[in-house]
Amino acid sequence: MSEPPKSLQISPIRNGTVIDHIPAGEAFNVLRILGITRATKETLSIATNVASAKAGRKDIVKIENRELKKEEVDRIALIAPQATINIIRNYLVFDKKGVQIPKLLHGVVKCPNPGCISNTNEPIQSRFEVTKKGLHCLYCDWYLTEDIAGHII
Amino acid sequence: MRHIISIKEFEKEDIDALLDRARAIDAGNYDRHALEDRILGVLFFEPSTRTRMSFEAAMARLGGKSIDMGGVETSSVVKGETLADTVRVVSGYADAIVLRHPKEGAARLATEFSSVPVINAGDGAGQHPSQTLIDLYTIRQAMPIDGTDVGLLGDLRYGRTAHSLAYALTNYDVTIHTLAPESLEMPPNVIEDLRERGVEVVEHTDIAEFAHNLDVMYVTRIQRERFPDMASYYAVASSYRVTPELLSGARERMIVLHPLPRVDEIDPRVDALPHARYFQQARNGIPIRMALLQEVMG
Ligand SMILES: Nc1ncnc2c1ncn2[C@@H]1O[C@H](COP(=O)(O)OP(=O)(O)OP(=O)(O)O)[C@@H](O)[C@H]1O
Ligand SMILES: [Mg+2]
Ligand SMILES: [Zn+2]
Repeated sequence: MSEPPKSLQISPIRNGTVIDHIPAGEAFNVLRILGITRATKETLSIATNVASAKAGRKDIVKIENRELKKEEVDRIALIAPQATINIIRNYLVFDKKGVQIPKLLHGVVKCPNPGCISNTNEPIQSRFEVTKKGLHCLYCDWYLTEDIAGHII
Repeated sequence: MRHIISIKEFEKEDIDALLDRARAIDAGNYDRHALEDRILGVLFFEPSTRTRMSFEAAMARLGGKSIDMGGVETSSVVKGETLADTVRVVSGYADAIVLRHPKEGAARLATEFSSVPVINAGDGAGQHPSQTLIDLYTIRQAMPIDGTDVGLLGDLRYGRTAHSLAYALTNYDVTIHTLAPESLEMPPNVIEDLRERGVEVVEHTDIAEFAHNLDVMYVTRIQRERFPDMASYYAVASSYRVTPELLSGARERMIVLHPLPRVDEIDPRVDALPHARYFQQARNGIPIRMALLQEVMG
């Protein structure tokens, strides 16, 4: 009887970013945030529903030759608050950071209120404060509590 | 620079000071030249004759002038100008702007582009702080606000005046009672918010029990558009109608308020009862708006 392979090997990346500890099923939303919606030149590997020592199942996204901008990390934090961003340099984890949801979100999510002034052609960005009740629109006072991923701009 | 955008931004002391100022104005104690040489820019992006007239009248009584942009049809809005640009331009002509706009949050946006104070005269289903101050003022004319049972009746789901009044009342020691037709109840998150701010909220289902235990009954309009057909509208409207018969069991000091215009919610026979205060409430628009105009331009 031969041993099953320990894990499915994804070839290591030389330089780039590994986004680890994404809640299972959210990897595609992470890709959307990164603007990766269809064929892309970047070398990319996605693992979804893999066993995680920390909590049940998780997703992982690995992208070669890309480091994330703050706006991207802020958006990822909204859907993957436990995510770890690993920067890989020369095959090694060069830096590891958690993510943090900022207190104020500028132009990050779209207001769910169709009557909100932020959903018009005015020269402004949406503005939300992060509260324990949800994301609070500072223009119209509505709360965004459900499907936050679907409202990320 | 002081903007008047939402009643939620008022501290209790601000509210009381404003109501005191309005009372002095009501008694004739004000300077008729206080806002001489001042110009109010009246930007109404949707029709609201009364609110507009009462702001213009208030400005005139303080010696000031008002300018407006004419109807929305004739203005630059039809050419596609943004509210941001309109506000930027008009704030160069006027000393304050009073804004009515169909979109929620429009007044807050205006503050970002205006170089003069902005007064929100209603933004969509959002805020309308001067109406709320008028409501509080009318209550206070009849009795101290503290210690009252205030009932909100009608469309408590979409009715912004009822929500704003409820929030303002959390500054006082009151009990809020609600009675609304099915599907027009006050949203649970609003009720939760009110309770978190320390007021007791009692939800009623029986109109007589509701009406007989109040000091203030705040009636709002039930809009026909919310119902699938006229028959179901009339069925609901008639069972929530305020009549002299209903009020015969009410507390003696109880007052009935309505932001107007009313349709079928209050029987015209109620007008003659001492409980009826909605026309007085409408008149109170002038001293309150005079106090607000002085607050931002004085
Ligand atoms: N060169 C590389 N190419 C691709 N993936 C890598 C590379 N180096 C590390 N990783 C991946 O990056 C993640 C973080 O690596 P690390 O060695 O820090 O693991 P860890 O100790 O489990 O970290 P954590 O405590 O954050 O879970 C892992 O998912 C690992 O598989
Ligand atoms: Mg690990
Ligand atoms: Zn909004």
